[in-house]
Amino acid sequence: MTAPTQLLFGAAGDVGSLPLGFLPPELASRAQFGWTISVHILFAALSIGLAPFIIYFTWKAVRTGSEPYERLHSFWLKVFAVGFVMGTVTGIPMSFQFGTNFPGFSEVAGEMIGGPLAFEAKMAFFLEAVFLGVLLFGRERVGDLTYVASSVLVGFGAWLSGFWILVVNAWMQTPRGYEMVSRNGMEVAKLTDPVAAFFNPRMGWMYVHMVNAAVVSVALFVGGIAAYIVWKRRESTAWNTALKLAVVLLLVTAPLQAIHGDAYARHVEDTQPQKFAAMEGHYESGEADLHLIAIPTSPDSITDPRADNLFTVSIPGLASFLASGGDFGADVTGLDEYQENPPVALVFWSFRIMVGLGFLFIALALWGGWLTYRGRVAENERYLKSMMAATPLGFGALLTGWYVTEIGRQPWVIQDVLKTSEAASPTLGSAEATATLALFVVVYLGLILAALSVLKWLIAAELRTLDVVEQPPEDDPEPVPGVGGDD
Amino acid sequence: MTEPLFLPVDSYLLASLPDVWFGAVMFALTMYIALDGFDFGIGMLYGTRSAEHERETLLAAFGPVWDANEVWLVAFGTMLLAAFPRVYSKLLADHYLLAIGFVLALVFRGVGPELREQRADDRWQRACDLAFVGGSTLAPLLFGVLAGSWVFAAGPLSLPALLTGVGFVALSVVTGAAFLAAKTDPELAASVSRYGIAATLAYLAGVLVLLGVVAATDAGGAAGTVLSVPGVTVVVLSVLAGGSGISFARRERYQAWLASAFALPVLLVSLVAMLLYPTIYPSTGLTVEAAVVSPLALNMTTVFGLPVLLLVLWYFKFLYGVFSGPVRGESYGT
Repeated sequence: MTAPTQLLFGAAGDVGSLPLGFLPPELASRAQFGWTISVHILFAALSIGLAPFIIYFTWKAVRTGSEPYERLHSFWLKVFAVGFVMGTVTGIPMSFQFGTNFPGFSEVAGEMIGGPLAFEAKMAFFLEAVFLGVLLFGRERVGDLTYVASSVLVGFGAWLSGFWILVVNAWMQTPRGYEMVSRNGMEVAKLTDPVAAFFNPRMGWMYVHMVNAAVVSVALFVGGIAAYIVWKRRESTAWNTALKLAVVLLLVTAPLQAIHGDAYARHVEDTQPQKFAAMEGHYESGEADLHLIAIPTSPDSITDPRADNLFTVSIPGLASFLASGGDFGADVTGLDEYQENPPVALVFWSFRIMVGLGFLFIALALWGGWLTYRGRVAENERYLKSMMAATPLGFGALLTGWYVTEIGRQPWVIQDVLKTSEAASPTLGSAEATATLALFVVVYLGLILAALSVLKWLIAAELRTLDVVEQPPEDDPEPVPGVGGDD
Repeated sequence: MTEPLFLPVDSYLLASLPDVWFGAVMFALTMYIALDGFDFGIGMLYGTRSAEHERETLLAAFGPVWDANEVWLVAFGTMLLAAFPRVYSKLLADHYLLAIGFVLALVFRGVGPELREQRADDRWQRACDLAFVGGSTLAPLLFGVLAGSWVFAAGPLSLPALLTGVGFVALSVVTGAAFLAAKTDPELAASVSRYGIAATLAYLAGVLVLLGVVAATDAGGAAGTVLSVPGVTVVVLSVLAGGSGISFARRERYQAWLASAFALPVLLVSLVAMLLYPTIYPSTGLTVEAAVVSPLALNMTTVFGLPVLLLVLWYFKFLYGVFSGPVRGESYGT
């Protein structure tokens, strides 16, 4: 009998004769790492995406001293602080798991990844942590210029931190600048060319795509919260400003994401054909269509999506055309050519969710841009509600995008160099691995719930304060009939 | 051959560069034990305070600096990985539950104070306090046991490992109490210094018992080092630093106490360094020379990484400068 875990994870999902509830150590390790990084990356992306907002609000608050900017500065700095603490505490277990759960990975790749990870700690993480301390607690203790500079250094630290982490991840996708040598009885990667290793082919694509994704996600997050507060307190100057700022940022970043996302996919076909085939459910090598929309026709086609078995709206030959850069009949490698494949269903559907959400964000951006241009963004009930509904969706797209990248690389942890099964700890027992997985699930769920509760309290407190401090301006336009007085 | 980046590929920039990196890793460990150690101490002493204004003062002393202090753990770990990857992977894989338990304790220690200030609800605040105090106690205990098991190659449930854990807990209370005494009002300072004095005595007793056990059982082949002239010197200096610390604390010379309290982690890690050199992973007999990465990789992290450490030290000087002097009644957070 095939266990459900095997359907998704292949050999790693073989629970064999383990007692009920226990997972094979490798599967538990993968689930644990996948879960912890899924939670961590939400907070990491929040830091990266919120950085431009924090810098702008800090600068405006210090320079103008105006009440609305002080409000926005204080509110978003609190969100940033909670996000940063969550990011720190959820992130440290990640780097530990390289050793506890995947010692083979640390040992084989240590020489390649250790440098960038140490640079991340020294150049970026310290910068962010030190100057966030100043930003949070030092307003009365430092001059205005130092205060604003601290916000810039915190933001710069967040972006630089992402850079070094992605150097590592990009190297795992397209490893360069190394040779395999024997050391202490193991085949390990030896650095031969740091420039080729750090600026490997994937690095540029990944950095632009990730940082832009973080800004899109946070623009939607800020926009959604601003839309809610504007919907409740239409006259709030501060939150109208925040909403417009979010819409403008979205208008710039959402289309950009689709444009370079398209080029990025071509690059993946070039460098990781197996992942590309999984993204498209393409099994037999040959001409490939691009499936714009795929609809499962049976439960089987959800867990085992094959391009041929789905109801699809496709452009014939377009995948060939894109992958080859202009030939509609070009051969695209199919999954049948590989002995071991990634869990295709997760990759296939994650890719579709990410792309679908991306187009939704462009629509929201254009709609919001048009309303802002007409000066009516705060009055459009339907738009405000759409933005509220879209608050978490940017993070959803970001996560599914990473699932494509990481699950799509399986069975490799370092493409064509080291398999995940070889990286996993040979000494880890099933009971320990399952127990810590359960602990991480409980603790990190608690952290997410705590962060969401804090956000809820902050918004409630903001609504209460707005009633006291923000008087509607004299020339406030009449509220649109039927939408005012909703609380 | 010096390509690319004009770095030598086949030879280390200095013949002793692997040893320099061993020193750099030990330096990061010292910073972590000293700085996050006093954070843990504040967390444990927080559990002895019941008045709200005292708790707020402790949190205000802790708030601006703890996160930056904790980053020294990341610096230590990533520098170990960058220079001695096999030690990193062995150390963590061999101590699975300890390592995971330690990072989860850090989670609770970190989020407790941050979440506490978000809601003025009694039950909520008590839960957050529990996370803060519990995490601050468990984290140094587990980290100490992990370090003891590493250095003495005796397994996590051995007497040397457990004593190292208890020793780090006591040391954290010493530095935490000294830091608070130097930063708060006389009344609170006098109160926490009583705990600091007791913890100093406990720490010194713990170290002497630990080294006695090690000398008697030769755990990890460490007896020779412990009984050597440098080993005995470090122990004597620790006793002197602890003793003068107690004397400073009694005479309310808290700045001097703080300085002598910070000598303790420095001395402790220098002893650890003596024990781990040249056999950096005693349980498998792995040496610095065998564990170190290839010349190009180490040259690169040296040229681009070590100068940044100086910059980091400057940030810390700046940070502690901004928040120097007595803690004011700022609330936690913005």
